[in-house]
Parts: sequence; C-alpha cells; structure tokens
Amino acid sequence: MTSTAGDSAQTGETGPELREIRGPSAFGGERKRFFELLWLTSLTEFRIRYIGSSLGYAWTLLRPLLFFGVIFVVLRQLIGFGANIENFAAMLILNIILFQYFSDATNRAVRSVSARENMVRKMQFPRIVIPLSVSLTAGFTLLLNLVAGFVLIVATGVSPSPTWLLLPFVLLALVVLTTGVSLILSVAFIRSEDVAQIWNLISRMLFYLTPILYPIELVPEQLRSIVTLNPLAPIFVQAREWVIDPGAPSAVAAGGGLAGVAIPLLLLAAIAVVGVWLFEREAPRVAEAL
Amino acid sequence: MIVTWTGGSTRPGAPRSAVLLPYPAGMTRATAIEVADVAKSFRVPGQGGVSAADRLRHPLRKAPGRTLSVLDGVSFDVAEGEFFGVVGRNGSGKSTLLKLLASIYRADRGRIRLAGQLAPFIELGVGFHPELVARDNVVLNGVMMGLTPTEARRRFEEIVAFAGLEEYTDLKLKNYSSGMKVRLGFSVMAHVDADVLLIDEVLAVGDAAFQEKCGEVFRRLHAEGKTILLVTHSMPLIEGYCDRAMLIHDGVVHQIGDPHEVASRYLELNFLEGAGSSGDPAAAALRERGELPARIAELVVEGESGAAVAVAEGAPLELSGTVEILHPLERPGFFVEIQTEQRRKVFTSPVWELRDSAGRVEPGDRLRVRATIDNRLTAGGYLLKCGVAEEGADGDPVLHSAPWFARFDVTGPNRSEALVTLEHEVDLRREPVAEVVER
Repeated sequence: MTSTAGDSAQTGETGPELREIRGPSAFGGERKRFFELLWLTSLTEFRIRYIGSSLGYAWTLLRPLLFFGVIFVVLRQLIGFGANIENFAAMLILNIILFQYFSDATNRAVRSVSARENMVRKMQFPRIVIPLSVSLTAGFTLLLNLVAGFVLIVATGVSPSPTWLLLPFVLLALVVLTTGVSLILSVAFIRSEDVAQIWNLISRMLFYLTPILYPIELVPEQLRSIVTLNPLAPIFVQAREWVIDPGAPSAVAAGGGLAGVAIPLLLLAAIAVVGVWLFEREAPRVAEAL
Repeated sequence: MIVTWTGGSTRPGAPRSAVLLPYPAGMTRATAIEVADVAKSFRVPGQGGVSAADRLRHPLRKAPGRTLSVLDGVSFDVAEGEFFGVVGRNGSGKSTLLKLLASIYRADRGRIRLAGQLAPFIELGVGFHPELVARDNVVLNGVMMGLTPTEARRRFEEIVAFAGLEEYTDLKLKNYSSGMKVRLGFSVMAHVDADVLLIDEVLAVGDAAFQEKCGEVFRRLHAEGKTILLVTHSMPLIEGYCDRAMLIHDGVVHQIGDPHEVASRYLELNFLEGAGSSGDPAAAALRERGELPARIAELVVEGESGAAVAVAEGAPLELSGTVEILHPLERPGFFVEIQTEQRRKVFTSPVWELRDSAGRVEPGDRLRVRATIDNRLTAGGYLLKCGVAEEGADGDPVLHSAPWFARFDVTGPNRSEALVTLEHEVDLRREPVAEVVER
C-alpha cells in the first residue's frame, strides 16, 4: 500500500477529490452527461430503425394508417358503427396514432435492458438511459405521425381550433405514463421473461378497454366509472375534446366529476413514480441478474 | 554484477520503471483509487430447476442456489498518475474488482473511492452498433466514455487516423473485420479525457504492430499523468509498464508491490495449479497436497550491469544456485528454459540428473547447480525459467520445485525481429562475364 493518504485532497493539493463509488445507478453521476447520452442514444436508435429498411419512415406511418383503414371499413361500412359520431374517422386516426406510441414504446422497452446485456455488463453509464431512450425514440415517431395525422384530420373535415394548442398536455401525460410503464416492465423482465408475453396480452386488451375505437359516451353509465379508472382513458377522452370534437365530453365530464379524473391521474403519477423508484432500486443489480 | 532472486519476499529499492514516473520521486501524490475492505459475492443458481407447481405456490421465492464469494476483504490504494497492474488467475476475482470500480457491480461491503473522471475499458468496442457507420459509433462510444458530443465529433478525425481507418469511415461497423473494430475501440479509448483508466485485458487481441501501438499509448497516457489500472495475464505488460502490481488469488490480495516480484509470484502460483503427473509416487502424493519436495534456495545469474540482468549479445548466460531438499526424491534433476516476452519457448534443456550415482536424496540435502547456456539470442527481453524436475512421460519436465522465473535482457547494438543469430556463411560473387559470350 502506498503511504499517500486519501486526505491529500483536503490538504489543498491539486487534483480531483476522492468520491465514493456506490455501484451502478439508474441516473449516473452528472446530469449533463445523462441528457447528452439519452438524446444521442435515442436519435441514433431512431436513425437505425429508419435507415435500415428501404421504405424507412414510411413504414411507421403506413402502419397506423393501414390499421385505421381496416378498422374504419369494418366498423363503419360492415357493422355500421359510428355513423352518429362526430368526425369518427378523425377520432380513429388520432387515437390509433396515440395508442401506437404507447404500445410500441412499452413493448419495445420490455426487453430493452436485457437486450443490451453486453453493454450493461461491460460499460458504465446511467442504466435508465436504456428504457428512456426507447420511450424517446418512439416519441420521435409519434411526433412525425402526428404531423401526418393532423393533415389527414383536417382532410376529413375537422377545422383547426385553438384548443389544438393544448394537445401537448395530453401528450405529456401519455409520455409520463408510457415511460413509467416502460421502466417497470424493463426491470420486471429481468426477473421473469414471462413479462413480455403478459404485457403483450395486456396491451392488446387495453386497446379495447380504452375509449379508442368508441367514444366514451357510448359506454353504459354503470360501467363508465370503471372504464375511466384506466389512466389511459382521460388522455384519449381529453385529446378527442380538444382536437376532434369540442362537443365531446371532457375528461372531467366523462369521469363524472373531478374525482373521476383525479383517480386515473393519480394512478398515472403513481405508475411513473413507482417506475423510477423500482428502476433506481434494481439498477445496481441489473448487471448481475442478467 | 550478481543478482540474487529471493522468491516472493520484498526487495527494497526503486521500481525499475522509475523512468516512466511523471512525478519526481519523493513527492507525495494524491490517492486516485482507494479500495478498503471490499467484498463481493454472487448468487449462483442451484442445479435442477424449480418445478412449475412450486413456482405457482411460491411465486416470489427466489430460485435456490448458493452464494459464491468472489472478493473478500480487498484493500489497496493507487496513487494519482500511477500505472497499477492487477494479475490473477482466471476466477481470482480481478475482473469483478474492475467491474466494482467501474460501477458495473455494487460491492457488498467496503468502500471504494475514486478521484476524477473514470473511463472503464472492459472490452473494446462493446458499445459499437453494427448498423452504424464508424463516425456515429465513435461519437456514441466517446460520449459513453465521458466525452461531450461536440468533443467526440471534434476528435473523430484524430481517432480514425490513429486507428488507421480513414478510408473506412463510411462503412457500417458490421462490415468491419474484428481487428478493425478493436483498433477503432482502442483508438476511442486512447482519446478519452479520463483521469483514471480501468483497462481489462484489451491487449490480448491484435497483431504485433497493434500491440506496439498500444504500448505507445500506455506510455503516453502514463506520461500525461493519468492513473491506469490494468488487469492482465501478460507478465511482460506488468513488468514493462507498471509502477506497482497486485496479485489477487481466490478473492484476496496475495501481494502488492514490485511488478517483477508480483509477476514471478503469479507464475509460481500458476505453475502449482497446472502441474503434470510425476513418475515418482512419493512426489506425486506430495503434489496432491500442494507441497513440493524441493526448493530453490538461491539462484544467481551473472549479468553485466545494474539491477536488471543484462547479457551482451553472444555472451553465454551463466547461472548458479542452491537447491534444498525437503522430502525424499528418487532422481532429482534440473532443467532450464528460455522464453520470449510473448511466452514462446526458445529453448528447453533436457532434465540434467544429479551426477551422484546413488540418485536418491533425503530431506536436508543441499544440491549445488551451475549452468552455462550458449547465447545466440538477439537483443531484447527474455524470461528464464528453471526448476528441479524429472523427465515426464511426454518428455516435458515434471517439476519438483516451484519454478524460478527471471527476466533478462540481451543487449546489442541492433534490435531485430529475428529471435536468434546463427553461425552462418554467405558467399556472393560476380559471375565471370567473358566466357558466356562464346557460342
């Protein structure tokens, strides 16, 4: 052992001070580096996804559009559903684009940490960057899809309104929820690989349980309070009121009062907090558990 | 000048690589890495899985398994600007130690403190994405290693030039050869602004020219005052670059100190575990218990100058020493081997048996050994290995003592890629022209 003592930093000698290393963490040391890394990884991931295929970005846009087309034809033409719903097509477009973000981001996030096993075991970086970058990458796609989506929405006859400017609030809630769920899933998957299957199933079920294909007012009164407990519900309800149809019920109206919104929003916040807390708690052990 | 080796004991004196130290001797240096009583164990899943029924009944219960202690109470300090080597056999815990320092694992116990920005290099190019071109990968990897994106972009040309890959910057990494990837990864490492570098065995790859380059980088980083912790199996690296070295064995620190001593202790340990079978049943039984019947008490190599054993090109290598017998041996012999720094055998002597016709030796006997070895080696560093042995079934010596390792340098005016100088004669003359003209 050297005779040089650790207290030399205090005696004013040049050189950085010793700081304790407590093992891997979710966020890592410096905030600046964290954001740089998150931004760079997400951007890179985004580019990789669209540079690789010949149709590139077109695919991401085509998916919700084709999906919308099929659903619209089946519901409207074959079943005859939605004729009395104001701007039914526009509502479907918006809802499908929003839900695709949620579904894509969460389903990709499940395996994200485990798929980067080699990096996690051999490099030092804030672990949480991995699931967050999945969410952010999907967010880039969401923004691009929304641009195209709004063109179509206008084309179906919805006139632009100042309430469109409120959409970012809806998006924020959606992003927070998606990210929280992603964090929980990515950690849970390391414990059990069944999580991927289970989530795949749940996210499909959520597609039908959330007012995406149908407006909230068509849900029978006695069931409505249950449907609106889902944190996704107020997001879609409010997006519809602000973007598609000012006459549609707001999230508060659909929830039957402030409590009806407060509960799902609290749930949403809880999911996000639990996600971060869980990830923070598990981050030190991630490399070993893989 | 006569140099005496004395096993694993500590020899006072300045480190031989003192030339490399960026600080004047005697100046107190700040501590860059401080590890105090660190322990780490892992859970190893037990054999045989858990039945589905059990899992349903106790979904939260952890899978059965045992805990494997990998590091137990490791403590050491590394001074700022020091080149510190860590050696140990596979499974000794040295890589785990590196991962604890790198914040990849969390220690169960103890305290780790670091000063300054850290850049770990556990494996070169591990963050590279196959679908990205070199430029994007360099930036991404650089940021992972602590550069800012702007800085990483600014250094790109430099990094690529250093790796010798200027012509391939637009190629996706998946189209790179493994050698190219390693070169790029190493080049990123060489251009990172960290104060403390943790390097794990990255030099095990690459050709001679690449290794040479790595050596240059190590020297440069060291000269710049960066603290380097190198985990390696390569004794030439330990002896050639490190100011101090540490030997980890079975999760505990075995020895910290002079790189040469640590290196020879490591080689001894390595030998004891991997020994062949002996023809002498008594010796074989001893070996089973981890004991050896003989011990080299002293060994002297006649060199020509200073602390490092140096032999002039062409001058024979002479050694003499004393062997102590600890347990009865039927036919003790002695052998000598010379290896290059890359651990290639250059020469292995047969096992020379005891001149005494009786052969058998008893505890307390002392044997005297002298050897003169013809030296045709070209200038460079070599390893000398010798030991008490008997001829094994496959012709390789089976050792009855821990082997002695010593480093020596052959000095000469010109360095050569060739290993040996052989007696030779070449005759080159002009063909008489006149007679050929006749038809």
